Amino acid sequence: MAYLDHAATTPMLPEAIEAYAATAHEVGNASSLHAPGRQARRRVEEARERIAAALGARPSEVIFTSGGTESDNLAVKGIFWARRAAEPRRTRVVAGAVEHHAVLDSVEWLARQEGAQVDWLPVDEVGRIRVDALRETLAEHADEVAVVSTMWANNEVGTVQPVPELAALAAEYGVPLHTDAVQAVGQIPVDFASSGAAALTVTGHKLGGPIGVGALLLARDAPCTPVLHGGGQERDVRSGTLDVPGIVAFAVAVEAAVKGQQEFAARVGALRDELVQRVREVVPDAVYNGDPADRLPGNAHFSFPGCEGDALLLLLDAQGIACSTGSACSAGVAQPSHVLLAMGADEGRARSSLRFTLGHTSTAEEVDALVAALPGAVERARRAGAVRKPAAGRPTAGRSAAGEAAPPH
Amino acid sequence: MRVLAAMSGGVDSAVAAARAVDAGHDVTGVHLALARNPQSGSASAFATRPHRSVARGCCTPEDARDARRAADVIGIPFYVWDLAAQFHADVIEDFVAEYAAGRTPNPCLRCNEKIKFAAVLDRALALGFDAVVTGHHARLGPDGRLRRSVDLAKDQSYVLAVLTREQLAHSMFPLGDSTKAQVRAEAARRGLAVADKPDSHDICFIADGDTRRFLAERLGEAPGEVVDAQTGEVLGTHQGAYAYTVGQRRGLRLTRPAPDGRPRYVLSVTPVTRTVTVGPAEALDVSTVYGDHPVWTCGEPTTVECEVQMRAHGETVPATVTLAGGRLTAHLHRPVRGVAPGQAIVAYRPDPAGDVVIGSATISQALPETGRGVPVGAA
Ligand SMILES: Cc1ncc(COP(=O)(O)O)c(C=O)c1O
Repeated sequence: MAYLDHAATTPMLPEAIEAYAATAHEVGNASSLHAPGRQARRRVEEARERIAAALGARPSEVIFTSGGTESDNLAVKGIFWARRAAEPRRTRVVAGAVEHHAVLDSVEWLARQEGAQVDWLPVDEVGRIRVDALRETLAEHADEVAVVSTMWANNEVGTVQPVPELAALAAEYGVPLHTDAVQAVGQIPVDFASSGAAALTVTGHKLGGPIGVGALLLARDAPCTPVLHGGGQERDVRSGTLDVPGIVAFAVAVEAAVKGQQEFAARVGALRDELVQRVREVVPDAVYNGDPADRLPGNAHFSFPGCEGDALLLLLDAQGIACSTGSACSAGVAQPSHVLLAMGADEGRARSSLRFTLGHTSTAEEVDALVAALPGAVERARRAGAVRKPAAGRPTAGRSAAGEAAPPH
Repeated sequence: MRVLAAMSGGVDSAVAAARAVDAGHDVTGVHLALARNPQSGSASAFATRPHRSVARGCCTPEDARDARRAADVIGIPFYVWDLAAQFHADVIEDFVAEYAAGRTPNPCLRCNEKIKFAAVLDRALALGFDAVVTGHHARLGPDGRLRRSVDLAKDQSYVLAVLTREQLAHSMFPLGDSTKAQVRAEAARRGLAVADKPDSHDICFIADGDTRRFLAERLGEAPGEVVDAQTGEVLGTHQGAYAYTVGQRRGLRLTRPAPDGRPRYVLSVTPVTRTVTVGPAEALDVSTVYGDHPVWTCGEPTTVECEVQMRAHGETVPATVTLAGGRLTAHLHRPVRGVAPGQAIVAYRPDPAGDVVIGSATISQALPETGRGVPVGAA
């Protein structure tokens, strides 16, 4: 099998699995006062320190969550609520048009349920947020803005956003900026302190850790109202008994991913470049989407004119190649990607796209398998794309007028 | 063979897919998302995003989930295909237009003809599949002939009779030799959670089953008169002739009793004059039926003695059927009541191994015995 969907989730690192299993044998609630509780607490705090060190944060800025979705919800809603409570005129949210649904839908929820006004920051044709747009928005509305949210790197097309620049701008206007760095950590350098962001989302399962564990890095001075209420764990910002083995494994993975980032970028980036070049050779009219240079090293994203992404996916899946159309779908119905549409692609180009993402286990053989299977799949998908009209059979009745038909003969 | 199993989320299509796997085929499951998501309207009313992709799922996400779960249990790949646009144009709009024209359409038949064995089959063939598998209760042997299911109560050959030889050549109906009870038992044995899911009966795109309201919302009010066929007397008014079907007795809301005091039935619907004609039961008897758009699967005969069926799960009657000039004429050997234009007339050749479908057509007109009264149906 060729697994080319590491952006969806990447295999756990062996050392993370080991750390998980070792910790899972231990008993202890990190909030308990007895010895097993203290032991659990110690594991959690060590993990917190390791993550903080790896990502340029202070340990107290690390808030453990159940992953990227929860961290995004907490940052967007929590900072909005806290800032509006402190200053009622702050009812605006500013967010990138290409954000992940965890941010996108949180923002829309705030608009619907809380009456927030929303400014969507447009992107250019490679999917990069226009810094000017943020400058204009802040120049006009800075004293009404509660929070800005812009991702570090896009999960579909891999384009890296100018986060330090955006964060500096927000800081200039005294507005906190949240960044979803789920896809960035381990692939490109990410440093919380020097980024200037007030909050940063990271999740375990995109960098070799377990699914269902993540963190929100939240600056000490960033106000945030909890989404989950309860036992008051995690600075009272996020309640819930901590997942000790998950957190320990997450820390091992973050540390390894950050330490190995340069090597990862060089090795996986070279493999990705080879993939891109060979895909273009075998499908010359393939359109390479996203920023050709300033993108995640593991990401390759194409549109294949005349094909439907979901037909290609089916055909490649049948040959043991796992990839993604990259677009969200609730009932499994493929939607044209909001990212591609925001980049100015028409619906046809958006629907014809396919994402291949590489990771720490990727091999040249997997790229070979894709390159071997792709031309046939593209040809088939093109044929299927051309026949989406009803076949033979009688014409649809009922178009004839309801006139007086004379009785026969 | 590489086959594509259309999986609705019900028990029949799940067992059909499983049997195709057992038969040694390379099976891929697809669920067809046919209806535009009713929620998308309210969601898009609040679309602050510049590039909001409109949510468009199937009408019941549970059906998609049930189908996916069944595919997982069977162990086959599963995808959802969005055919909402085609379904809307070819089935729903056709359904409304047919009623507007005074006819009574069969949307399941139209869906088979235009969607499952056309749009889906074509796409499947282009993608390299050899056939489409469905959970219809009908038999399709190696001879390429379509026959009734062994379970006559569940037989669906009527709604498949529009398929051409070519379409049938790329179809598989693995359930035709089983009764519904056997299919349910097998589903339970296979660990398919849909084993005791109730059968669907209603028109899938009219969730509340209120066809009259569905039509009224789309066609508006078109008031007219309900007229007695024999005396010409106006017995009442209506809000839209399209809501009436030949043979209908209930819901006529006559303001006056008929002159002879006997119950009245709809004899014909004439949208142009907005007239609904009613008469006594025996005026519904027809002996000659005309059909358009014939599909003949056994070579076109000029004249054939056979049995005909004129509505889903309706009775069959012996008839002499003639094909000429693209039109079918059926002389029924005994009168039949309540034949509605727009429905299919399906011709069967009786056979102990399952009656064989020899052809079908869309009923355009039905006449009583020669020389008796007015023609029945849309005039
Ligand atoms: C950019 C981005 N944000 C958030 C998430 C959600 O993270 P999680 O799966 O941990 O909830 C993902 C993963 O799909 C992502 O790619």
